Amino acid sequence: MTLELRQVTKSVGGSVHIHETNLTLEEGTFNVLLGTTLAGKTTLMQLMAGLDKPSSGEIRFRDRNVTGVAVQKRNVSMVYQQFINYPHLTVYENIASPLRVIGMDGVKIKERVGKVAELLRLTPMLQRKPAELSGGQQQRTAIARALVKDSDIILLDEPLANLDYKLREELRDELPRLFHDRHCIVAYATTEPAEALLFGGNTATLHEGRVTQFGPTAEIYRQPADLLSAQVFSDPPINTAPVTKANGRIQLDDGTSWPTPPAMANAPDGPYTLAIRAHHITPFPQNGSAVNVDGRVLVTELSGSESVLHFDRGGRTWISQSHGIHPYEVGRTAKLYVDVDRSFLFGQDGRLVGGVSGGRV
Amino acid sequence: MHPERRTFIRKRALIPAIYIIFLMLPIYWLVTMSFKTTNEILGGFTPWPVNFTLANYVKIFTDSTWYSGYINSLTFVIANTILSVVVALPAAYAFSRYRFLGDKHLFFWLLTNRMAPPAVFALPFLQLYSAVGLFDTPWAVALAHTLFNVPLAVWILEGFMSGVPKELDETAYVDGYPFWRFFLKIFIPTIAAGIGVACFFCFMFSWVELLLAKTLTSVAAKPIVATMTRTASTSGYELGLLAAAGTLTIVPGAFVIYFVRNYIAKGFALGRV
Repeated sequence: MTLELRQVTKSVGGSVHIHETNLTLEEGTFNVLLGTTLAGKTTLMQLMAGLDKPSSGEIRFRDRNVTGVAVQKRNVSMVYQQFINYPHLTVYENIASPLRVIGMDGVKIKERVGKVAELLRLTPMLQRKPAELSGGQQQRTAIARALVKDSDIILLDEPLANLDYKLREELRDELPRLFHDRHCIVAYATTEPAEALLFGGNTATLHEGRVTQFGPTAEIYRQPADLLSAQVFSDPPINTAPVTKANGRIQLDDGTSWPTPPAMANAPDGPYTLAIRAHHITPFPQNGSAVNVDGRVLVTELSGSESVLHFDRGGRTWISQSHGIHPYEVGRTAKLYVDVDRSFLFGQDGRLVGGVSGGRV
Repeated sequence: MHPERRTFIRKRALIPAIYIIFLMLPIYWLVTMSFKTTNEILGGFTPWPVNFTLANYVKIFTDSTWYSGYINSLTFVIANTILSVVVALPAAYAFSRYRFLGDKHLFFWLLTNRMAPPAVFALPFLQLYSAVGLFDTPWAVALAHTLFNVPLAVWILEGFMSGVPKELDETAYVDGYPFWRFFLKIFIPTIAAGIGVACFFCFMFSWVELLLAKTLTSVAAKPIVATMTRTASTSGYELGLLAAAGTLTIVPGAFVIYFVRNYIAKGFALGRV
């Protein structure tokens, strides 16, 4: 049982929302659609749900072409970023509504709603109206409605984005458990790389209406196929700089150079783009091959347990993220070390030519 | 409280008090007139009824030329309100949910219908309805008033509908609702406040409109506003009677306002009305 997008495109009034996309989602998998706002996550989900028709291409489900099949006949569920519930119905009736539509009998509905309400801790609120609930409970109701029928596909469009921090953490922990023993396809759209890593499963990185890479989440994080995927899947933004590879050394445009790490050894000499994740630039060398890069401090963000430091290096802003509190004075020069063994090397066409493989990232 | 401050507040309260008295005076005068005899009204200045009488009201409720006016008015007003809102609901939905060629122009054109004075349409309507046999029926007035009320209702409802996220529609489709079932069972209850406000405005316009209502009826469907414009009859001036009729004409409007007052506040909050 798979959901397959074959050469699907979508354009509205001359502007392309989704470029030609091929994507296959397998039964029982959790798939994260990762991308910034306007990357096309919602459009892609609407195409998957059947709320929108692709401009060209084919959508197949269980080897059947469902491109023209109405959403009502597709057996999908969807949860939106806004808390969407029917305001005039009680929580119970909200959850029961997909079952009422198919004409299930009252006793069975009661049993199912009771079960899913218990799972989402909504049992005491069943007789209330959505407006009388907190945001977290409203979103729980929407999730309960999505889970109450045995959908083949469950689409979650940034369901946690409008929740406050505490509730987000709470629901984020619960979500994987909810889908644990279901044989459906789950697609989860988010703008946060951390969420993708937390859920595991598969990730598709999206950039301006293009799926840049799709595969197991950890693999994509460790081995981004191209610079765009690495940029999408990185928070804080990944640091980049033009480098030259020659004579077994990699050289920054300011002259700093170091021996080519083993993972990049096979790349031919020439100009490349180097990419380093923020947490691989630290105030202390992480290993013996770390390279010293100093920069003028622009901004420091100190949170409870980590320091994020924006620094200027030859006109380019780099970001360092490290554990612990490292107070720097703005305007002063900071001593920093790049863990070059964990950097990525991208060719002029943006494809990955060398970089970390496996191990800690 | 400081005495100076107290007098200041009292002074400040004076302004709205004067304003309200100014607004209420004509209504007070109408109501007191309705309890006077015509002779007293014409006889001199009396701030309240000297010879209190209910005869004017008794006459209205017993004389069919008077009370049938109310029945006729209510008939076409209710018919018009239902007709306008039922027609406007799908139209407003289309304007709020779909983009189509010329949608904004069409929306504006609908509103321009309201800007034309009713007198413009009196003659064509009279001729048309006479030709098809609708003249002097409540339907003639009900249909004529839709020309003004449908655009108004579309405009009000479109505002309320646009306040409902389109994700609600999508959620219902995903849940399996076919369009009409969603529209009737989910969408209409969701915008109930907007429907209340639209009904109110249609009701009020149709209730107070005089020109078309008078032109398109003669005897059988004569509305109360037309009856009231008759100031003198064979028995001379009947000012007390007219005042009583006027008082009774205010009542339905006051009732409707009382029921939809909260919805109207909501409508203001949503930027329409």
